[in-house]
Amino acid sequence: MSIDLVNFTPLLSLAGGLAIGVAATVLILFNGRIAGISGILGGLLTLPRSDSAWRTAFLAGLVGAPVLAVLAGHPARPDIEAGWGEILVAGLLVGIGTRYASGCTSGHGVCGISRGAIRSLVATATFMAAGFLTVFVQRHLIGA
Amino acid sequence: MFVVTALCAGLLFGFGLIVSGMANPAKVLGFLDLAGQWDPSLAFVMIGAIAVGAIGFALAKRRKKSLLGLPMQLPAAGAVTLRLVLGSAAFGVGWGLAGFCPGPALVALGAGYLKAWGFVGAMLVGMAIFELLERTKAGWRRA
Repeated sequence: MSIDLVNFTPLLSLAGGLAIGVAATVLILFNGRIAGISGILGGLLTLPRSDSAWRTAFLAGLVGAPVLAVLAGHPARPDIEAGWGEILVAGLLVGIGTRYASGCTSGHGVCGISRGAIRSLVATATFMAAGFLTVFVQRHLIGA
Repeated sequence: MFVVTALCAGLLFGFGLIVSGMANPAKVLGFLDLAGQWDPSLAFVMIGAIAVGAIGFALAKRRKKSLLGLPMQLPAAGAVTLRLVLGSAAFGVGWGLAGFCPGPALVALGAGYLKAWGFVGAMLVGMAIFELLERTKAGWRRA
């Protein structure tokens, strides 16, 4: 392992992380809800549909954030290396997986660990391990 | 009012993802590539978010109602199940393949990236498959 000093952004990443923490705090203190993206989105597909207003509002904020970022002089510039096949398979796996796991990086990784939930710690360790392994296989075994 | 606070939380969450670099799949994959040129940034995002979140959730646990008088819906302590582990593993594989998890994918969709639309579309199909399987299972239980 060697650290990628060119792309490493400790301060910006820490600052962005703090903003994410504040956002999760706002949602739990004002709305009494967990800021878990997969759960908020997935909850729109569950019947009966009773609480779609706050879910839609939160997701609209997330989707609209790039506009705010442009105004703040920090536009989002996603660099998507994956091909279409990988994108579609990945999306499918993320959709099914996060629903069975009842959470993703936000719900388990940020909120769950913040509240000290063992379940979320196990989920986070598992999806990170699977992510490390997938990238290793793809970049260093297949792609080598 | 609760719609306004939810919208603000979503905006700030997405803004945090962008500033931290996490809306960029290449950066996320840089973190997941331990054997290559490793970019530890994602760990710093988690540290920042959890440091603030720990305070927020500690405050939330002391309340029965939210500041807007809504019920405080904190998940009950659950067991570690096979469902949780297998679901997380499948999610992790997808995460490693594309570098997208649900939040950043929605942000990139908002920024107008076609592949992000494709990813979110496939993710919704995945979530719909889960709903369908769960409803079928519930139907069997009733029968």
